[in-house]
Amino acid sequence: MNKLLRYLSDYKKECVLGPLFKMLEATFELFVPLVVKAMIDTGIVSQDRPYIIKMCLLMALLAAIGLTCTLFAQYFAAKAATGFSARLRHVLMNHIQKLTYSDLDTMGTSSLITRMTSDINQMQNGVNLTIRLLLRSPFIVFGAMVMAFTVDVKAALVFVVAIPLLSIVVFGIMLLTIPMYRRVQEKLDTVTEKTRENLIGVRVIRAFRKEAAEAEEFCSDNAVLVGVQKQVGKISALMNPLTYILVNFAVIALIYAGAIRVEAGILTQGAVVALYNYMSQILVELIKFANFIITVTKAVACGNRIQAVLESGHPCEDTGEMPQISEENRGSIRFEHVSFTYENASAPSLTDISFEAKQGEVIGIIGGTGSGKTTLVNLIPHFYHASSGTITIDGVKIQDYPTAVLRQNIGIVPQKAVLFHGTIRENLCWGKENAADAELEEALCTSQALDIIKAKADGLDEMLMENGHNLSGGQRQRLTIARALVRKPEFLILDDSASALDAATDAALRKALEHLPYHPTVFIVSQRTASIQNADKIIVLDDGVMVGYGKHDALLESCSVYKEIYDSQFQHGVQKNV
Amino acid sequence: MFIKKSMTHNFNMGCRRMSDKKRNNQWAIVKRVMSDLRHYQKWIVLTILLSGVTVVLTLLVPILIGKAIDFIEGAGNVNFHGITKLLMIIGGSVLITSLAQWIMNITNNRIAYEVIEDIRNRAMVHIQKLPLSYLDKQTTGDIVSRMISDADQFADGLLLGFTQLFTGVLTIAGTLLFMFRIHVGITIVVIIMTPLSMFAAGFIAKKTYALFRRQAQIRAAQTAMINETISHQKVVQAFGHEQQVMTEFDELNAELSDAACKATFYSSLTNPCTRFINALVYAVVGMYGAMSAMSGTISVGQLSCFLSYANQYTKPFNEISGVITELQNALACAERIYSLIDTEQEIPEQPEAVVMKKADGALAFDDISFSYSPERPLISHCSIDVKPGQRVAIVGPTGCGKTTLINLIMRFYDVQSGAVRVDGTDIRNVTRESLRSNIGMILQETWLKSCSVKENIRMGKPDATDEEVIAAAKSAHAHSFIKRLPQGYDTVISEKSGAVSQGQRQLLCIARLMLALPPMLILDEATSSIDTRTEMKIQSAFLQMMKGRTSFIVAHRLSTIREADLILVMKEGQIVEQGSHKALLEQDGFYASLYHNQFS
Repeated sequence: MNKLLRYLSDYKKECVLGPLFKMLEATFELFVPLVVKAMIDTGIVSQDRPYIIKMCLLMALLAAIGLTCTLFAQYFAAKAATGFSARLRHVLMNHIQKLTYSDLDTMGTSSLITRMTSDINQMQNGVNLTIRLLLRSPFIVFGAMVMAFTVDVKAALVFVVAIPLLSIVVFGIMLLTIPMYRRVQEKLDTVTEKTRENLIGVRVIRAFRKEAAEAEEFCSDNAVLVGVQKQVGKISALMNPLTYILVNFAVIALIYAGAIRVEAGILTQGAVVALYNYMSQILVELIKFANFIITVTKAVACGNRIQAVLESGHPCEDTGEMPQISEENRGSIRFEHVSFTYENASAPSLTDISFEAKQGEVIGIIGGTGSGKTTLVNLIPHFYHASSGTITIDGVKIQDYPTAVLRQNIGIVPQKAVLFHGTIRENLCWGKENAADAELEEALCTSQALDIIKAKADGLDEMLMENGHNLSGGQRQRLTIARALVRKPEFLILDDSASALDAATDAALRKALEHLPYHPTVFIVSQRTASIQNADKIIVLDDGVMVGYGKHDALLESCSVYKEIYDSQFQHGVQKNV
Repeated sequence: MFIKKSMTHNFNMGCRRMSDKKRNNQWAIVKRVMSDLRHYQKWIVLTILLSGVTVVLTLLVPILIGKAIDFIEGAGNVNFHGITKLLMIIGGSVLITSLAQWIMNITNNRIAYEVIEDIRNRAMVHIQKLPLSYLDKQTTGDIVSRMISDADQFADGLLLGFTQLFTGVLTIAGTLLFMFRIHVGITIVVIIMTPLSMFAAGFIAKKTYALFRRQAQIRAAQTAMINETISHQKVVQAFGHEQQVMTEFDELNAELSDAACKATFYSSLTNPCTRFINALVYAVVGMYGAMSAMSGTISVGQLSCFLSYANQYTKPFNEISGVITELQNALACAERIYSLIDTEQEIPEQPEAVVMKKADGALAFDDISFSYSPERPLISHCSIDVKPGQRVAIVGPTGCGKTTLINLIMRFYDVQSGAVRVDGTDIRNVTRESLRSNIGMILQETWLKSCSVKENIRMGKPDATDEEVIAAAKSAHAHSFIKRLPQGYDTVISEKSGAVSQGQRQLLCIARLMLALPPMLILDEATSSIDTRTEMKIQSAFLQMMKGRTSFIVAHRLSTIREADLILVMKEGQIVEQGSHKALLEQDGFYASLYHNQFS
């Protein structure tokens, strides 16, 4: 949390002036009871009308000065708080851009989004309130006490007892209830989850005739929630009555003490009224301060979560130096005894993988779900760092490349066809900024996607909805392939990216890829033997282990897993429909 | 989150411009809330009494203190006897007030929370009986937000209504009464001046509304961008697109920062401004009071009492305008929950509906017609006849309407004419429960409850022993992977956790059905997310299940289709052809063309 405060550094002036102006305002507020005292003791007693009017104008003036001070303070607070949150959002977003894939896996998308949005908003709130209240409330509380001392030292001793007692009640109740409110939130989450579950699973619940049982379960979860709510309610319901008792007993003590002092001729009647007024000021501010502390506690919790994100992750350290590549190695990839274990996973996802690919070769990767196919290709662009072994591209270890340079040479088509809100052209230009129309069309032609563009009224400028929802799955896949091809990559990775294409289009695509003039080295990940059987080399994975490596015919002979997969899809050499 | 907030904000603005009709509607909701509160009559009477006590005593204390101050006139002129007596009375009433306040708070909490609990429970029980035609149309998020956040807002509104509105109004009324009794002139000054602060607050709120809306819009745009980018962060990085993302982000961020600064600043003016006006009221009361004290109309103690009233009285006044917006919001939320509870339930069971015993498994569509909406007719006058133990394959391109068939057989939807018969009985004449107990289904969307693997499998037969559960898992080829899960059969499955893959989920669904196999089955063979070797396992599990049972299979696999006793060929929601594989090929219609296109 404290490390985040450095993003306030641009607003040092505001952070100092804001609270200062607030204190000024408070000071003027503290004068009011003294003015009332003067009004009573001097004005009323000596029947001095002009004096009373003067005093009232003074009160109005004090209020006006107070207002002016607050306006400044509120402005400084708003400026610092929103500026801080904007800065923090930028820093965090920038950090997220640099996270590695394993960081993204461990942190999770939804929690990162929460950090970026509601957590930062909470912090903005916290900073805003801190500037406004941090000094004001304690200043008024202690200021009132100090002023009471100036009125009368003995009577002011009541304040010395009352303030700590009030603080204990206010903060004690708060400390007790904060964790309880957290529990309320947890229980509420359970009830929410339950509701969602019942809606999503409605068909299964009805098929299994679980309606009554589910409703009953919901009611009991709900009862737990209400139980906790009532429990918190009981404690927080104490706040007002207890503080009311304390303040009024303090007032009783003040009046009694005041009476004795007045009788002795040390105090005036007006002074007693002033003491009484100071006591009333304290309570309001203490409660404000308690609410402020709640907001700040929340903000600090959010801040800690944000800082945790900023501190975790292993943003890639680029040497920035471009390694020397010899021409003979261009287009080659080499895995040597590569193993990989996901963070927090107990077993490795890839074990001792070694293979080599030369320029223009097609490498097929096949295996069941969870066998490590995607993991393997994700190591190539250095999305994940191999736990052991070395990977070399163009003869250079991949960790020796600046990440941007490495990825510039690789076109990847992920399993899930993701497109972004924007025009088709904007989406394709992700592959290469400012690509000419001819380049885009070339890529679209290879990926068998020209007809999609032709069918659209606006062609390349057709708007895509978020996630490309206005396209079919197959269309999305072909566009993502085109996007990867636009940059004419040295290496092309197709991660099961033709699954939604029919057999004919799939075949045409593979053929077009073979005839690319720039001869990329192609990796094709698939579950279908048909898609990879013509590959130069086929890697067969089973549970992260390379159980077969070679050409189709040889593998059919030597690799039982490959044969099993093949047999499940082909019968006597004829493709089954799967 | 804040998008929703801005929406409720819009809503509030809408409320202000609300027509009379809507006002009536709102009144109807208020009445309904009242009737929901009638079980709490006793408690409500109690809370009203207590708040009356609290308010009166709270207002009395400043007067008593004022009197005490009057006893302290000056040196040598202090009435100690009077003071002691007064202070004891003050102490007593403070204690009583606090006790009353505490009990009142607890009572209010109790009423609000229990009313909401009751409404939520009623809503959930109601959901279980809602027709699927309604649930299919609503988004899950919408219903969840009604049940959770609307109910919460409603509870908050109720609490506020009880605590602040009620005591606030009482305090204002009481203060005015007490003030009038002391001095009419000063009271009138206070009455004239207080609305000023409300005007100021209203004025600022109006001015800031546009600023808040702008902030909400930019925020929504930025959130959409954050959502899209972070959800697909990996793609962003794969294409080295980080720089462009940051440029776009920073533009929005700068805009947001500007809008947020203005909105925050202008809205933070409300409190200082009302405070300023209250201070002016205070000054005027002070002046007028002091003048009156000088002329002897009131005492110094009464002046101090007036000053503390001026403080007390403006507070609820400032709060009430906020509370009223909050209450209107709460009513809007209440309306949304009520409209959920009021949605018509499924057609109730026929009074003479019987409990269907274990069926033989004959199923017939007897000249049925069905459509989801009247303007788009779907199935018209269709008949099929399936004998016990027959295997029926449903074939057709994706989106051809296989869910419609499942909906009709399970009676999730009712046919518009004709009848679906099981063993010759119209399924509308048997209870839904007994009908569904005779049919097992496995759908493509593999829904599992968030509880342990064991409990999930037990769903169809709650009293099954562990051995039975394991046996079912074994026959579904699920045992080996369950054993490898972190806590085996006790591993908790949650919607989000990736502990169980899509294919494994399907195996669990099969195991769930295996435990208590009904005589009829509906199976969705779709296995797009499963590799072919796992699929073969599932296939063998399916075959085992189907033995001797009437089964409807949404089929993709040629072997299943060829071996089916009856093939239903679907296209655009209709059953266009039916018959055996051979007969259909001879027909040379849609099935034949489908077959030739896909399988050869």
